[in-house]
Amino acid sequence: MANEFFENRLNINRRHFMGKLSLGLGSVALGSLLIPDLFKGDDDSAPALGLAHFAPKARRIIYLFQNGAPSQLESFDYKPMLTKMAGQDLPASIRMGQRLTGMTASQKKFPLIGSHFKFKQYGKSGAWVSELFPNMANIVDDLCIIKSMHTEAINHDPALTFMQTGAQQGNRPSMGAWLSYGLGSENKNLPAFCVLLSRGRGNGQGVYSKLWTNGFLDSVHQGVQFSSGEDPVLYLNNPDGIDKAGRRRMLDQLAQLNNISYAEFGDPEIQTKIQQYEMAYRMQSSVPELTDMTKEPDHIIKMYGPECLVPGTYAANCLLARKLSEAGVRFVQLYHQGWDQHGNLVGEMPLQAQDADRASAALIMDLKQRGLLDETLVIWGGEFGRTNYCQGDLSKDNYGRDHHPRCYTVLMAGGGVKPGIVYGESDEFGYNIVKNPVHVNDFHATILHLMGLNHEKLIFKHLGRRYRLTDVAGKVVQGIMA
Amino acid sequence: MNLEGKRGIVLAAFVVMLSVGLYLFFRNTGSNSQKIPDLVDYNFHIRPILSDRCFKCHGPDAKQRKAELRLDIEERAYASLKKNPGGHALVPGKPHESEVYLRISSADTSVRMPPPSSNLSLTSFEVGLIKKWIEQGAKYQPHWSLIPPKEHAIPENGSDWAKNEIDHFILARMEDKGLKPNEEADKARMLKRLSLDLTGLPPSMKQQQAFLKDDSPDAYEKAVDALLTDPHYGEKMAIQWLDVARYADSHGYQDDGLRTMWPWRDWVIHAFNKNYPYDQFITWQLAGDLLPNPTKEMLLATGFNRNHKITQEGGVIDEEYRVEYVTDRTNTFGKAFLSLTFECARCHDHKYDPILQKDYYSLFAFFNQVAEKGYQGDIYTGTAADPPRMSITTADVEKILTFINKKDTAVVKVMIMRDSSVQRPTYVLKRGAYDVHEDRVTASTPRAILPFDTTQFAKNRFGLVKWLLDPKNPLTARVFVNRIWQEFFGRGIVKTAGDFGMQGELPSHPELLDWLAIDFRKNGWNIKRLVKQIVMSATYRQSAEVNDKKYGTDPENVYLSHAPRLRLSAELIRDLVLTSSGLMVNEIGGPSVKPYQPKGLWEASTSGRGILKSYIQDHDTKLYRRGMYTFIKRTVPPPVLLVFDASNRDQCEVRRLRTSTPLQSLVMMNDPLVLESSRVLAERLMLEKTSVDEKIHKAFQLIICREAESKELSILEAYFENEQRLYAKDQKSAGKLINVGEFKHEVIKDQGALAALEEVIMTIYNMDEAITKS
Repeated sequence: MANEFFENRLNINRRHFMGKLSLGLGSVALGSLLIPDLFKGDDDSAPALGLAHFAPKARRIIYLFQNGAPSQLESFDYKPMLTKMAGQDLPASIRMGQRLTGMTASQKKFPLIGSHFKFKQYGKSGAWVSELFPNMANIVDDLCIIKSMHTEAINHDPALTFMQTGAQQGNRPSMGAWLSYGLGSENKNLPAFCVLLSRGRGNGQGVYSKLWTNGFLDSVHQGVQFSSGEDPVLYLNNPDGIDKAGRRRMLDQLAQLNNISYAEFGDPEIQTKIQQYEMAYRMQSSVPELTDMTKEPDHIIKMYGPECLVPGTYAANCLLARKLSEAGVRFVQLYHQGWDQHGNLVGEMPLQAQDADRASAALIMDLKQRGLLDETLVIWGGEFGRTNYCQGDLSKDNYGRDHHPRCYTVLMAGGGVKPGIVYGESDEFGYNIVKNPVHVNDFHATILHLMGLNHEKLIFKHLGRRYRLTDVAGKVVQGIMA
Repeated sequence: MNLEGKRGIVLAAFVVMLSVGLYLFFRNTGSNSQKIPDLVDYNFHIRPILSDRCFKCHGPDAKQRKAELRLDIEERAYASLKKNPGGHALVPGKPHESEVYLRISSADTSVRMPPPSSNLSLTSFEVGLIKKWIEQGAKYQPHWSLIPPKEHAIPENGSDWAKNEIDHFILARMEDKGLKPNEEADKARMLKRLSLDLTGLPPSMKQQQAFLKDDSPDAYEKAVDALLTDPHYGEKMAIQWLDVARYADSHGYQDDGLRTMWPWRDWVIHAFNKNYPYDQFITWQLAGDLLPNPTKEMLLATGFNRNHKITQEGGVIDEEYRVEYVTDRTNTFGKAFLSLTFECARCHDHKYDPILQKDYYSLFAFFNQVAEKGYQGDIYTGTAADPPRMSITTADVEKILTFINKKDTAVVKVMIMRDSSVQRPTYVLKRGAYDVHEDRVTASTPRAILPFDTTQFAKNRFGLVKWLLDPKNPLTARVFVNRIWQEFFGRGIVKTAGDFGMQGELPSHPELLDWLAIDFRKNGWNIKRLVKQIVMSATYRQSAEVNDKKYGTDPENVYLSHAPRLRLSAELIRDLVLTSSGLMVNEIGGPSVKPYQPKGLWEASTSGRGILKSYIQDHDTKLYRRGMYTFIKRTVPPPVLLVFDASNRDQCEVRRLRTSTPLQSLVMMNDPLVLESSRVLAERLMLEKTSVDEKIHKAFQLIICREAESKELSILEAYFENEQRLYAKDQKSAGKLINVGEFKHEVIKDQGALAALEEVIMTIYNMDEAITKS
């Protein structure tokens, strides 16, 4: 159970209990034995914390968020009908009054358009995959393709926020923060929740730190953003002129000084602080080791592609995600930006797909060959789908698609999910769901379930209300369980 | 409820037998061993249980109500059961005839309450409490916070410890618990605490020396008065209000464009410095535009209600976001002024507090009249101040708005409140959905707080403020004095400063809260007076030392038998570092600034649109402004501020968490701000003709604000000597270390000594005491 990221909180919450014993008790040793959050919160929420509710299928998650909403119709949801009916108006019987974004609300016509890119069936499962994703097509029997995701938001900001925090508005904790809170970290030298950003080559929509916020949870659960700059974690590096030994000397003096204060005030918070400095010192070694790609063998570099040596690319982040996950980071969240193809979809989507396809598939294969895929849940997808009709004018060889919340595709692999299946189904227009709909709340409930957590029990009481990632809804999707 | 009593014994056993499985053992025995009080009190013992575990299905929310049973209202709980005529949920005096007791104590899970499917349960202690309460007559009381504050006699204590009324209340509770107050803190620490609390800045060397020398009996009071008139007082007081008001420098959604609300922030500082009474302070902010012939200053103040996030995302639906803004104002009003969780009633009746969904939209109606759009334009066509707005010219700043720190002659536009001439109808929105209208409502407030008497109050925001300030309003004064108290003690008299409802914590000193609230109102809502009352108290002036007994009896220091030791808030850490090094540029107000920040943060997450797509760092004096002036881009808030638990200004916040993490250690060790401040201070000290010991001594006193003890000095001196020796052998590293920061470099010959002194100063900055008020 040793996990120093939690120890601080433990110390704080343990304060009044420790006080019953004696001030001098070795709180460090005791703390590492205790369940994080043991004494925190309500009786009914406590059991969730630090221990799974039941045997987990997955221990870690890597979420490859495709930010901006990649079109399901050019990737994994093949709709030949749209090609047949190209240029014809979306029948009102299909649209059924679905609201439109401000971008197409004034459009007089909604001309249907099929995929510009060819589809083929792959693998034993015979799933259809477009030519934009040849590497994903090769591992299609490892994938669980959910074609029946739906959401409530129709614009990026609220939709992204909903996918990541379970609410469109409000400063709620993100999924990674919930898992950090519920399960803690497996590595005492790394945070439980890490965030990696990469910019794509298509129309981007940006990301916001509220997507990886701890919300009302302790800030120890906040996603720690890794950057591609000089400091992989903010303020990690010692300044020029101070080496590791110099830092050690400084910390030794500091501990002595802080212990003088402790003797005077008897405040356990001072001991906590001394420990936090030691943890920071260890991170200074452990993090650079992880982010150093030069020690990866050639065959791995080849799998992910040469861009994986360029920090900040999607490929580099996929490789870093594997390393972090392998080192025990509970939740690695990637954001791959640039998937918002309102226009020029034919020009932009191949660039985005090229970046995403190889590295995503490489990550899954890499985990598999290391025997880690079974215990790692990989998730791939965006915040909503895209319309089956063209936004703006439909030209002969190009088009764009607007936002579509009613139906989109998300992929999962590993971590207790049935491989080689397609779950759920959209209608022949790719507009509505006709089988096994999966709401965002269901998606969250399922992910928590795979991690051994009951989404109705992973709660935190804040300002009088018990909050959940799934708010007041959500059903576990049993149909995708391995 | 004090559940702590016997847990210590259980815990002692725990240490011996520690294992995960023991957790359940702990929970059960911990509860069983608790002693039930002789007299069970509804508000303090019973309601917290009923509210938390029962009201969800048997409370105010009609739609969720099961078996048509309400337990939150006395008559309904006593009445014959709808589903079981002849049976009663509660029969006063007779637990075994009370369905409530029979159900909560039943071993049969098919009848037990709360049902297992709710994931809620009662401990045997709680069941015992309810049993005894029924035996004693099952008497109800209104929720404490909804009863207007009562005059309470000041408790008499024999002790001469008390310095003002506060202390009598505090001492009475302390004595109940067998605690004694601490001695007064030593003068140096006292001054640091006071100075940080009143101005947010550490005392200068001169202030320290003057205070230490002054032996007059009113030395402390003189220091208090001087700090209360210091213009930095307004800045310090403003910081908490900026959290409440969710102030920021960007719009907050997606492309996250620039906004200019900083003149409003300058007004807040001004208002605190001028000591505007709280009634005026909030009247101008909530309804300045509705006052007769409002001045530009009054209009500027109304920017409070425009600080919410605004979308510029292309393609959004106008009405969806307009409703979102009104929602934000409504929620903010509820949290900031009433400390009630109004937002819970947006989609359904409140499950715990007497706020119906209809009440929510009746309050919403006050804020639903603004002449605004939900979508004014995208990042290219939108503006830094969407209408309704006001222009501020150089002439305005010269004549009336003299407190605005406007840098140039350009006209600045700020958002203000203005209602449209046509009344916009307000409807209950089904499950909060912007486009699903139900019954039409008119502007009003929840009856349970204070009925909205339309003969007395106009049905607009001005009427709403008058309702808020009515002496019969039970919440307004309590909520504010509690938050001010929290500023000084780190914890409110009501710990849940944002929730005075049934799910919130009960006040630790209810009589004191009432006394402070009434005293505050009766004395003209005088904020400085309230602040002075607090800092003049003996309670505030205690030392922060903790001994085993105090810690054992009251580990969270609820009863204030010693001063709290609290880490400084995010902005004040920066202020301390800059002030002690002499780098601080003590200018008040003006456009927010962009100091050093790790490269690439804005660039990595931007959509690529708008002028905030990349971080363009400022230079010169703008690098050394107070933390509260750091530019807040909501989607990428300043990382150091976030690491130290500052608000991301997404929504109204009334209380910050206070954590301690390794990321904070990394900031203190490696943030260029700390490094540069250490370098500059080291240079200044090197230029002084003093010994090394004297230099270290002085640095220590500037940062820690007291004289170093000899053992502290000897550690630092030995460290200095060792580092100097190493740097003498490694001039290159010394050169690198002292090369930090843009501030002008002094020429110091002995670079090894300079580097070693810089390291010593960095070490002092990293001491726990440096950024702690103790």
